[in-house]
Amino acid sequence: MRGADYVIKRLGFAVVTVFVAISLNFALFRLAPGSAVSNLARVPHATPELHQALKREFGLDKSKGAQYVIYLKQLVRGNLGVSFENQQPVSHNLWVALKNTLPMVLLGTLFSIVLGTLTGVVAAWRRGTAVEGATVTTALGFYSMPTHWLGLMLVILFSGVLPTGGMTNDFLINPSFWTHLKDLAAHIALPSLTLGLVLYGEYTLIVRSAMLETLGEDYILTARAKGLRPWAILRRHALRNAMLPIATLVALSLGYIVAGAILVETVFSWPGIGRAVYEAVLQRDYPMLQGGFLLLTISVVFFNLVADLLYFKLDPRITQ
Amino acid sequence: MSVVLQEPVLQEAPIRSRRGIVLETIRRRPSAAIGATLLVLVLLGAVLAPVLAPYDLHKQVGPVFGHPSWSHPLGLDDGGIDMVTLLMWGARISLVVGFAATLVSMLIGGTVGVAAGYFGGKTDTILMRITDYFLVIPDVPLMIIVAAIWGPSLFHIVIVIGILLWTSTARVIRAQVKSVRERVYVKRAQAIGAGHARIVLRHVLPQVAPLLIANTVLTIAVAIFDETALSFLGLGDPSRISLGKVIENAFQRAAISTGAWWAIVPPGALVALIILSCSLIGQALEDALNPRLRVAHLSARRFRLRPLVGRGSEAL
Repeated sequence: MRGADYVIKRLGFAVVTVFVAISLNFALFRLAPGSAVSNLARVPHATPELHQALKREFGLDKSKGAQYVIYLKQLVRGNLGVSFENQQPVSHNLWVALKNTLPMVLLGTLFSIVLGTLTGVVAAWRRGTAVEGATVTTALGFYSMPTHWLGLMLVILFSGVLPTGGMTNDFLINPSFWTHLKDLAAHIALPSLTLGLVLYGEYTLIVRSAMLETLGEDYILTARAKGLRPWAILRRHALRNAMLPIATLVALSLGYIVAGAILVETVFSWPGIGRAVYEAVLQRDYPMLQGGFLLLTISVVFFNLVADLLYFKLDPRITQ
Repeated sequence: MSVVLQEPVLQEAPIRSRRGIVLETIRRRPSAAIGATLLVLVLLGAVLAPVLAPYDLHKQVGPVFGHPSWSHPLGLDDGGIDMVTLLMWGARISLVVGFAATLVSMLIGGTVGVAAGYFGGKTDTILMRITDYFLVIPDVPLMIIVAAIWGPSLFHIVIVIGILLWTSTARVIRAQVKSVRERVYVKRAQAIGAGHARIVLRHVLPQVAPLLIANTVLTIAVAIFDETALSFLGLGDPSRISLGKVIENAFQRAAISTGAWWAIVPPGALVALIILSCSLIGQALEDALNPRLRVAHLSARRFRLRPLVGRGSEAL
C-alpha cells in the first residue's frame, strides 16, 4: 500500500465516523420519546415568530426521515438550533465556550507533556532504582485520582492564594491590558494545573513503557557496545524511537481532553465547553446538549485523524 | 597442560502452571499483592457494611459538618451523618456499579472478540470496524446525554458504561483467540468434527478466560471512575448514595467554604484507592497472562488511558 492510499483511507474513515456520529446524535435526541427532548422549537419565552421559524427550518411537522435529511442540510450551514436557555444560536454559544476552553486545556496539556516526558524518561533510564519507584508511584497516584476530586483538593490547598472560580475578576473595572492578563493567568492556573496533573500521571506511565521498550532493542545494545556516551544513546537512539508511540498517543488524547474538561470546568466554573454541557444538562437545554456532544465527538475524530497522519509522518513503514 | 572445558549447562526453562505464573508475578511485582490486599479490605468493608457500619446511614447522629472526634473518626457530613458509615455504604454502591458495568462490557467485549478472532474474514472486518467507531465516542459526554434523556438511575449508568467500555476487551481477546485458533489441538478437534460451539466453549474460551479477567479488573476501575464523574455532575441515581454522590453532596453543600475537608477528602481518596488497586492488579495479571506483552516490541501500551482521555490506548 502506498502512502497516498493510507492517507486517503484514514481520511475516509474520519469522514464516515463523523457521519455516524451525526446520525447517532440525531437518533439519540430526535427519536427520544416525548416532545420535551425532540422538539427543537420548544424554546421557553420565545416569540411565536421564532417558534414558527424553527419549525420551518427543521421541518418539525414532517416525518422523522425527512427531518433527518433537513437536519443534515441545516448542519452543513452550521445551524444547530436555538438554545433554550438564552435564545442564542447554539453554534454561537459553542464557539464562545470553545474559545475559553482552548487556552486552559492547551496550557494543562503542555504542562503534562513536558513534565510527563521528563519523568517518564528518567524512570525508564534509572530502571530498578528508588528514582523509578518514586516516579512511578507518584504517577500512578495522580492517574488514579478522580479528576474533579483532585480539582477540589487544589481548591482546598490554594484557596486564598489563587482564585478558585471563573475566568476573570468581575470587580476589575476597565483594567489595563497587563492587569487583565495577570488576572487571567491567576484564574487559569488551578484548572490548568488540575488537568495537567491528571494527564501528567498518565503520560509518565506511557513514556516510561515506550522508553523501556526501545531501551531493550538490539540497536541500543550496539550503541552501548560502540562506547557511545549514555546521553547520546538516550537522546539520539532511544528517545527518538520512543517518540513514535508517545506522539501519537498524545495527539489521540487531545481529542478526549476537551471532553474531559467537563469535570474540571464544573469544579472551577470555567465558562468553557464542558461547563456549557454541564449547564445544558442542569437546564435540560437539549439543543445545546446536542450541539455540545456533536462538537466533542468531532474533536475526538479529528485528533484521531491527526494521530494517524502523525504516525504516518513519523514512521512511513506503517504502509508496508 | 590440559584445559578442562566446562560443558555448557543448558538450563531448561521450567514449565509453569498458570497458578505458578500468577505466584511468580506476585513475587516479582509485589505491587500486585499490595493492590489485591487493598481491594480485599475495601470489598470487606463494603460487603459487611450492614454489620460493621458504626451508625445508621439515614440518621443524624451529630451536628452538621461535625468535626472528627473519637466517636466519629472522619467527622460528620452536611446532614450530620457519620462519614465512616457513609463511606462503607457508598463504596458498596460504587463497587456494585463497577462490577455490574464490567460484567456487561465483558459479555459484549468477550463475544465480539471471540467471534472476530475465531471466524476471521468478513466477520472480523465488520466487527472490528464497529469497534473502531465505538472507540471514538467520548464516553463521559455520551453518558451525560443518556442519563439526561433517560433520567438518572443506577441501571442506566451500568448499561451505558458497559456499552461503552467493551472495545479494548474485544481487541485484546480477538488477538488472543486468533493465535489459539491456529493451535494443533483446535485443528484436531475440527478434524474429528467438533462444531463451532464446542470448539469455542471447550478449547478457545478456557485459554482466553484468564486474559479476559485481567482486562476486566482494569475495566472495573474505569467504570467506578465514570460513575463518580456522573454523580458529580448531578446525574447519579438520587436514591442511592455512592462515593461519587458523597463527593457531590459535600461539594454542593459548600463543604469547602465551611472548612469541612473531612467530608470531601476521604470519599475521593477511597475512589482513588480502589482505582489504584484495580490498576495494579490488572497490570500485573495482564503482564503474566498476555503473551504479547512479554515480547518487548509489543508491550509499549500497557497502560489504559483513563476515562478523562477515553479508551484510546489501544486505538493505534
